[in-house]
Amino acid sequence: MLPRWILLALIVAPLELGSVSAHAATVQIVMDKLVFAPLETQAKVGDTIEWINKDILAHTATATGGDWNVVIAPNKTEKLVLQKAGSVDYYCKYHPNMKGRIVIAP
Amino acid sequence: MFTRLITAVAVTCLLSGASIAQSAKPSDAQIAHIAYTAGQLDIDAAKQALAKSKNKDVRSFAEDMARDHAAVNTQALDLVKKLKVTPEDNDTSRALTKGAADKKAQLEKLDGAEFDKAYAANEVAYHKTVNGALETTLIPSASNAELKSLLQTGLKVFQSHQQHAEHVAAALK
Repeated sequence: MLPRWILLALIVAPLELGSVSAHAATVQIVMDKLVFAPLETQAKVGDTIEWINKDILAHTATATGGDWNVVIAPNKTEKLVLQKAGSVDYYCKYHPNMKGRIVIAP
Repeated sequence: MFTRLITAVAVTCLLSGASIAQSAKPSDAQIAHIAYTAGQLDIDAAKQALAKSKNKDVRSFAEDMARDHAAVNTQALDLVKKLKVTPEDNDTSRALTKGAADKKAQLEKLDGAEFDKAYAANEVAYHKTVNGALETTLIPSASNAELKSLLQTGLKVFQSHQQHAEHVAAALK
């Protein structure tokens, strides 16, 4: 028999998580044939960016200012929660001609 | 000295490019061998750069080459296994291998900035040669659709490598 507070937490926690995710969106960016699509993405602070790597190669999403660096293995997806507003240019460290931008609203 | 070296590189690459272009239409088994060999030779060149160079940009470029060509070659091996094709050695593969061995010997004699510049210049020339061969001969000659598609993916990857190499080479001047 579980203590009552654990039971309560199990019931309440998913509800609260649910209410948070109702505000924050998940925005997908696909990496295919060495191109970020879309090249420019609009998002808000708190949103989650999901990079989906469809290539047979590893890629990175590296902010030019150094705010973040996400490595995405071939055929994998990686996530990042946006913390700061602003327009961020990013690129792939392994393929520097791959460039993208995320415009993050407050 | 440096100019002479670059000329030598260009001539070597033009020659191997010519031998690719002049050969009769290669079979899928030969195409698979050429593509795999071209990737493996660039991995070997990257290993030489990682052993010799201390330049951060050159080293990370070499790591990128080793990583990407290994990934493409893994796909190529999986594909030939699936298609039950045995890659077949041929004059183009042999010319590429000979050219790479000669280049490796030349580069081995250089050190420091001289090595870095020569390696980067050769990476530009080598990718140009291989991309030219993919575009004009290998992709149009491939009969199997999956092989053709992998070669097209390879071309995208190697074009990106060529641009990356040009960027590294320009920064070293």
